[in-house]
Amino acid sequence: MTAHTIDREQAWEDSTSIGHPLVQGEVDLSHNVILYLDNVTVSFDGFRALNALSLNIDAGELRCIIGPNGAGKTTMMDVITGKTRADRGKLFFGQTIDLRRMTEAEIAHAGIGRKFQKPTVFENLSVFENLELSMKMDKRARVSLFAWLDDDARDKVADTLRLIRLDGEAGRPAGLLSHGQKQWLEIGMLLMQDPKLLLLDEPVAGMTDDETARTGELFKSLAGKHSLVVVEHDMAFIEQLGGVVTVLHEGSVLAEGDLATVQNDQRVIEVYLGR
Amino acid sequence: MSRTPFIVRFLGATPKQGWIAIAIAAAITLVLLPALHLLVPASSPFHVSAYVITLVGKIMCYAIVAVAMDLIWGYTGILSLGHGVFFALGGYAFGMYLMRQIGRDGSYQSDLPDFMVFLDWKALPWYWTGSDSFLWSLLLVLVVPALVALVFGFFAFRSRIKGVYFSIITQALTFAAMLFFFRNETGFGGNNGFTDFKRILGHSITAPEMRVTLFALTAAMLLGTLVLGRYLVTSKFGRVLAAIRDAESRVMFIGYNPLHYKLFIWTLSALLCGIAGALYVPQVGIINPGEMSPANSIEIAIWVAVGGRATLVGPVLGAFIVNLAKSFFTVAFPEYWLFFLGALFVVVTLWLPDGVVGLWRKLRNKGVAA
Ligand SMILES: Nc1ncnc2c1ncn2[C@@H]1O[C@H](COP(=O)(O)OP(=O)(O)OP(=O)(O)O)[C@@H](O)[C@H]1O
Ligand SMILES: [Mg+2]
Repeated sequence: MTAHTIDREQAWEDSTSIGHPLVQGEVDLSHNVILYLDNVTVSFDGFRALNALSLNIDAGELRCIIGPNGAGKTTMMDVITGKTRADRGKLFFGQTIDLRRMTEAEIAHAGIGRKFQKPTVFENLSVFENLELSMKMDKRARVSLFAWLDDDARDKVADTLRLIRLDGEAGRPAGLLSHGQKQWLEIGMLLMQDPKLLLLDEPVAGMTDDETARTGELFKSLAGKHSLVVVEHDMAFIEQLGGVVTVLHEGSVLAEGDLATVQNDQRVIEVYLGR
Repeated sequence: MSRTPFIVRFLGATPKQGWIAIAIAAAITLVLLPALHLLVPASSPFHVSAYVITLVGKIMCYAIVAVAMDLIWGYTGILSLGHGVFFALGGYAFGMYLMRQIGRDGSYQSDLPDFMVFLDWKALPWYWTGSDSFLWSLLLVLVVPALVALVFGFFAFRSRIKGVYFSIITQALTFAAMLFFFRNETGFGGNNGFTDFKRILGHSITAPEMRVTLFALTAAMLLGTLVLGRYLVTSKFGRVLAAIRDAESRVMFIGYNPLHYKLFIWTLSALLCGIAGALYVPQVGIINPGEMSPANSIEIAIWVAVGGRATLVGPVLGAFIVNLAKSFFTVAFPEYWLFFLGALFVVVTLWLPDGVVGLWRKLRNKGVAA
């Protein structure tokens, strides 16, 4: 644990010495890049789920990632959030934060929020409590022992409840929500953390067309202030989002560009769209 | 809005009906039963016998352990099958003091405890230093089980040992501790443990006043444990514990470090068990390594399952139901007790996943619906 701190302080000093004005704990966006992956490789028993993957996400960008099943999309998010460790390569959040040295909780604190492919909410807690726990605040155990929900915090939860249209369900156990509602709740939990970068793994799976369209509107309104990386198979949804599309295949980038360009790429048609 | 003072929040966590129940329980255990034991002559039908006081006192110690177990198992989802070790360590820590209080009244009339004379030891081992001090012993009661839990928990939780693996290594922990305490050279009386206690703070341990004092202290401790538990599980801390139980990895990805949460509740749970053990030993008059047997720790889990996990009151009921049944069986049909216990566990697992409290809630809801 101490090792992390020392290393990060070292990184901080290194970066100040080369002249970046920087507030410790803030993401350094001086090159306008919020996420930088270079040559990242992850293998499971010799099988390369990520194969020298390189990817840049700009600050405020809304990026879509597509690709066939098993392309490594979820693994990429696992590596960014510290769930899976990279065997090789560089992973930076902003200019200075080296994600490879951090734990899951530290990465979350630095400002990366994640929605899982399979929606995971706290089933036995109420919708309200799910949002309350996700709220950006001091999350150390000794603080939680004495924490008290004030009116400001209640208002914040109430705002998010309205945004994700669950204000009627605040007191229900999250386990009783429909699949689509759970997806929304998880998105709400993500927003409560107020992350700088949101990673969304198949966020509209199981949603009705209407819910999907509303989710698209929400994501577009978040872009700019936040950066978003959305993994999806739903092409209509990706079209609605606009933005740059990256195609992953066998653990690396196959093509990148706007949706039309990518859709006309011969290799993309071969491995993904044409099937 | 002004911030609510902590004490108001702490007391407010227990609802009004809870306080009424606690007041009734306190009136019975702190006033009524002691008075019926001390003041009513043995010839009267209202007299409460020493047997009853000791039995209820003993079961209340178990109930404290059950509530402690509920905090870690029911509320956090971590099944410990080694909680007996913390109970026994608390018991041994206070037992050392009780052994020293025997003074020269032992069979060998020595300053050393009898078992040391028997082993031909000439002086107390270093770790018995200070054991003649009441306050030092209390300190050991609080510190030793908690410290063992802290160190064990730190390594287990940091290595992310979970589920059945955790349960198994806690069984191993209590088993290893039992073997260690069985050895005569360990210096805790080997397989006989400690017994033949005479005094606490110079007062006879068999005096009715002493019996009632220990009984009342145990009752107060149990009620205090319930109030503390109630505060914890209704606090934000408690909601994080429930979240860890539901989806631990999600908890990490929203920025909590589950290690600290688990370690705190685990250590607190062990501390409560240690206190319960220290209250138990003077009331039953003996502590030996049998308390650390793996089966004992499994029985603790059964109390909680029978009463109802994640309910606080349930484990208290469970401890009473199972142990009253045990007292009955071991007198009436001793050979059938384990069969009964096994059957009870099967019944609860299959048909009463939320224990008797769950059953009661179900019946009440039906009553409301009808
Ligand atoms: N923990 C693991 N152990 C072994 N293999 C794994 C593990 N996680 C992922 N894989 C493998 O890595 C490859 C990439 O998986 P990943 O889940 O990243 O794909 P994906 O692009 O998200 O696919 P989908 O569209 O189906 O969600 C798959 O072949 C998968 O079987
Ligand atoms: Mg996936």
